[in-house]
This record gives sequence, structure tokens and C-alpha cells, in this order.
Amino acid sequence: MEMMPQFPWEEMDRGEVLSIEQLRAGSAEALHDPDAWIDDEVKRGVLITSLDAMLGWSRRYSTWPVTFGLACCAMEMIATAASRFDISRFGMDVFRASPRQADLMLVAGTLCWKMAPALKRIYDQMPEPKWVVAMGQCAISGGPFAEYVSVVPGVNHIVPVDVYVPGCPPRPESLLHGLTLLHKKIQTEGSRLKRGLN
Amino acid sequence: MTQPLSGKEVVARIQKQVPGAVLLADHGCIWVRPVTVAQVAQYLKEAPGMEMDYLNNLTAADYLDYLEVVYHLSSLKRNHSLTLKVQCWGPEEPEVPSVFHLWQGADLQERECYDMFGVRFVDHPNLKRILFWEGFEGHVLRKEYTG
Ligand code: SF4
Repeated sequence: MEMMPQFPWEEMDRGEVLSIEQLRAGSAEALHDPDAWIDDEVKRGVLITSLDAMLGWSRRYSTWPVTFGLACCAMEMIATAASRFDISRFGMDVFRASPRQADLMLVAGTLCWKMAPALKRIYDQMPEPKWVVAMGQCAISGGPFAEYVSVVPGVNHIVPVDVYVPGCPPRPESLLHGLTLLHKKIQTEGSRLKRGLN
Repeated sequence: MTQPLSGKEVVARIQKQVPGAVLLADHGCIWVRPVTVAQVAQYLKEAPGMEMDYLNNLTAADYLDYLEVVYHLSSLKRNHSLTLKVQCWGPEEPEVPSVFHLWQGADLQERECYDMFGVRFVDHPNLKRILFWEGFEGHVLRKEYTG
């Protein structure tokens, strides 16, 4: 085994002095400010970024969900909205009672065929851009009731779904994870039109 | 506790009022002829000493050979209860008189019973499907339903 080189203390101190001296010698002048040429007024009021990033950012942090609790999963959605899990961290705390003010449809629960036209109608009334999260087995595939005649075997038969959150019911953590994924999706989507305007 | 009336004890009184209505009786339960349901129900609701002013529940059961419509009645005044049952051996969609005019709560329950079992409640003001949509084929809680 190679022996580690031994440095006497004085030698180490000398090394430090040298490096400091070097840095000092090289830093006589202040660093050049890359924005120096920009007028002060402009500098205070303008932030430069890409339009896509800007759009994604603003949409991501103001995704207002439309109230759509259909069955037991709605309880977990409510828990997510309440103080312990606190959905307002993401700017999503305003559950809208009107689809015209909402961007996100959280389908929480079992969808029956009798309810399906209402779901489709509410989805159609939401302004673009809009997203759908299928929460729980029932919304994903009909879940425990998939074989029953009155149950829609997954809301993706009715509306296009962006994020599937599995569980029966999913814990609020899972829902929040799903929402985080949705946020990522919204951010990357940017200004691109999601799907053709209806 | 609500006291269940013995079916055997009320039989005589009902028979006097509606002759030939009761087919069978045991503890807490009587079976009556389908056509007499409304009369028997009216008697149970109005006769002093009975006063069944509350319809807890109205449902049906499929026993393969026949359908049985079940009424759970109770009296809030006298704190007793009685079960009324009707066996329907008849046609595909058996007919049973509605009790809506006696207990308005029967409205939705009779509609559900019609929806699920295909029992036609005669004189019901608005007998149509409730959980399934109009035009749906079959009655899903029937044993023969496989769809
Ligand atoms: S997935 Fe489970 S918890 Fe959610 S609505 Fe269906 S049955 Fe209820």
C-alpha cells in the first residue's frame, strides 16, 4: 500500500496563503454585470422567459377542479382538500361549482350510465385547456362493479383521461402524487393545444 | 323496542274486514292475496288498535317460481310492527295494487321495485324506471337476468 504523503502544518498554511493571494490578484476588478446595458426602469419591470414556460407555470398553479365526487372516493378527495393534506399548496383549493370556471375534472367514484350524460355535459362545458383525473378503480375501470350493467367500465369511455390514480380509494397522498404528475404534464404541454378546440 | 304483532292474532280481524284476503299467517307476518293488498293496507293503517302509519320499507324477492312483494309496516303511535307479504305467481310482470295513496313514501320504493323486479303497481301515479333508464331491457334483480 502506498503511503499517504505527510504534510507538515507549515506547508499546508503556505499553500492556503498562496491560493488566497492568487485569487486576490485575479479579482482586482468587480465582475461585469451581464445586464448592465439594460435601462434601470426596464430591469425593474421585466422578466424574460419563454412563453411556454410562462403559460405552463401559470396554468399549473391555478388548476381549479370542478366538484365531481360520485362515490366513496369523494371522501378522500375532500380529505385532500382539507387542512391536513391541504390542496391549496398547489393553488387548487377553489373547487368550482360551475364547470365554466374549472380546468380540471377530478372524477372521484363510480360512474353509472344514468350519470354518464351529465359527466359528458359538464366536461363539454369546461373551457379549454382542460384535464381529467380518474381517481380510484371505479373511475379507471369500473372497479369492483365493472361487470354490473349499470356501471360505466371506466370514465375513459366517456371523456379522455390524463392521469389515472389507482386505489380503492386512493389515499390523499396518492391523489397528490397524481396531481403532481398532472402538473408536470401541464408544464411540458406549454402553449401547445392539448386537443382540437371543440 | 317496537313490538312485532303476531300475524296469527291479526288474521281474524283482517278476515272480518276483507274476507278471503289472508292466505297464511305466522309470527309477525301475513301473506295476502295480491288483489286485496290495497284494502288490507288501508285497514291496517286506519283501524283503531292497528294504526300502521308508517311504511318502513317496500321491496320484493325472487323465489324463482314466484315473486314476493314485502311491506314492512309499523305504527309510530302504538310502537308495533307487522310484515305484509304478497306472492305473485302470475304473468311476467305481475300486477299488485299500489299503496301510494296510503303512504306517500311508497312512491319511490314502488318505482324501484318495478325497476328491479318488474312488479307493476296498479294506480301508481308515475310508475317508471328510477335507477335504470327508460327503454332498458329486463329487470336486473330477477334471478333470470344474466346480462
Ligand atoms: S374505487 Fe373504491 S373507494 Fe373509490 S368509488 Fe370505487 S369502490 Fe369507492
